[in-house]
Amino acid sequence: MTAGVAPERSIRRRTVVYLATAILLAAGILLSAGLGQLPIAPQEVAGSLLRAVGIHTSWAPKDLLIEQTLWQIRFPRVVMALLVGALLSVAGAVMQAIFGNPLAEPGVVGVSSGAAVGAAASITLGLTAFGSWTTAILAFAGGLVTTILVYTTARAQGRTEAVTLILTGIAVNAFAGAALALLMFAGDTASREQIVFWQLGSMNGSRWPEVLIVAVVGAVAVAVALLLARQYDLLSLGDRTAAHLGVRVERLRVVSIVVVALMTGVAVAFVGIIAFVGLVVPHLVRMLLGPSARSLLIASFLGGGTLLVYADLLARTLVPSADLPIGILTSLIGGPFFYWLIRRSRRRAGGWA
Amino acid sequence: MTGGIAYELRGVGYRVGEATILRDVSLEIPYGRLLAVVGPNGAGKSSLLGILTGDLRPSEGAVALEGRPLHAYTARELARTRGVLLQSNQVAFAFTAYEVVEMGRAPWIGAREDDEPLIRDAIERADVAHLTDRAFSSLSGGERARVSFARVLAQDTRIVLLDEPTAALDLRHQEDVLALARGLARRGRAVVVVVHDLSLAAAYADEVAIIAGGRLVARGAPEDVMTAERIEAVYETPVRVLSDPDSGRPIVLPRRA
Repeated sequence: MTAGVAPERSIRRRTVVYLATAILLAAGILLSAGLGQLPIAPQEVAGSLLRAVGIHTSWAPKDLLIEQTLWQIRFPRVVMALLVGALLSVAGAVMQAIFGNPLAEPGVVGVSSGAAVGAAASITLGLTAFGSWTTAILAFAGGLVTTILVYTTARAQGRTEAVTLILTGIAVNAFAGAALALLMFAGDTASREQIVFWQLGSMNGSRWPEVLIVAVVGAVAVAVALLLARQYDLLSLGDRTAAHLGVRVERLRVVSIVVVALMTGVAVAFVGIIAFVGLVVPHLVRMLLGPSARSLLIASFLGGGTLLVYADLLARTLVPSADLPIGILTSLIGGPFFYWLIRRSRRRAGGWA
Repeated sequence: MTGGIAYELRGVGYRVGEATILRDVSLEIPYGRLLAVVGPNGAGKSSLLGILTGDLRPSEGAVALEGRPLHAYTARELARTRGVLLQSNQVAFAFTAYEVVEMGRAPWIGAREDDEPLIRDAIERADVAHLTDRAFSSLSGGERARVSFARVLAQDTRIVLLDEPTAALDLRHQEDVLALARGLARRGRAVVVVVHDLSLAAAYADEVAIIAGGRLVARGAPEDVMTAERIEAVYETPVRVLSDPDSGRPIVLPRRA
């Protein structure tokens, strides 16, 4: 929905934010694909990308090694970072809409850890029932179960108290942490290592087939979320008033929970737990564009992708010849931000409970 | 729109567990009239309104809207038929007052093109033009109630249900909101208002329904229904009923020793 007095102004503002984020994202992709143990110039990256879509330029790299590094290692990783960041941010925005609470986020309330338990179970127990999709499907199942659990515990009389939500998150995270520990204890050394990797989160070793799974599932989930955007706006009036305006509230919530579990589950399945993205990005977008769900979802998608592309770039290059788990980075930034968010809302009259 | 019957309630009862909230309420609500629902705290006024909105399913009896069972309507159909203002109006996230009023147009998306003028008109009539750019969450209780009322006006439905719209309002805005509600009825809409202030109800309503202990005790023109004996019996407090020198409508005053 457009702002009242000057819709033109808000449309312009939206366009500027979309464009700026898109440019930032494109620059991040070129930069991230270029930097690393084998430095590749940005124009070579661009040339290689252009060649892939059939446009031949003098920029295109002639060295086969560069071409292979780009297409087998760097690009899948960059695209994975983009997709995961985008999906986690959109998942956060959707969750905040259905809880009516800006603190709701897959990592904070424990959905990510639930998904990680599902993924870890498939490794330790060696499950392969669904082939290469097994880990993703179990992560989705774990995410879905935790979302439903959090939703049913934290809501009372159609409202979600911030305190209850956070307390539920603590309980869920503690339980999921124990379950993960148990799976590590029961598993062999190889699965232990894999599970540790999940807890920290990393884009390392992303390959195209995995990227494809994330892209397909993510596209469906994001499309559904965008279709529901207007109803999310109405939901902020409260359940009863939203229903009076024609929203089928329970159905909207159930669909949204599945969407959140899909996005979180598929993201967590391949890169592990990356907390706070779904909290930080929608919040920044709201400060820039206001709370309207449609622009919030689009800008969160772009912004989340951008944030993780740069975060992954930092993770790869900050410590020479070492790949820092990206989850550490986002938590290092996200933790203080979360703290600031709590302080700020407490200063404002009424807070958000 | 004028003339017909909006709601028809037949022997409606509503129970929650062991507690009986409403029993055997039969009521016709016609178009073109302002019906005020009054009664003591806990009498079942809000439950009755909840039955009319479709939020609550009666435990017994039947509710028909324009001759069709209420529960046979889809959410979208209902949203285009009746607008509802609840007692408490909170908005999550920092939507502006304008955006909140605009949300009232949601049921009509794709059906009508006159959104913009209707929103402007609703904002003007509810006297909230000076608030449109403010965040709804930063408004006072009375301002929130008026912005929410503007949202209901913008929804532009032929039935309007208001649950204590005047509770947080100052003297002037109480009068304004009820005058607007009466204006809607004059233009053929069915308007139901739950109010606590008996004199206010009597001044503006075409008809008054008195609810007590879950029953419909009386229903009719304010002058006929609001007698001192009945009000004393229902509210269990001594009152004096005067006649407004200008309009002749009843004014209810508690007898104070």
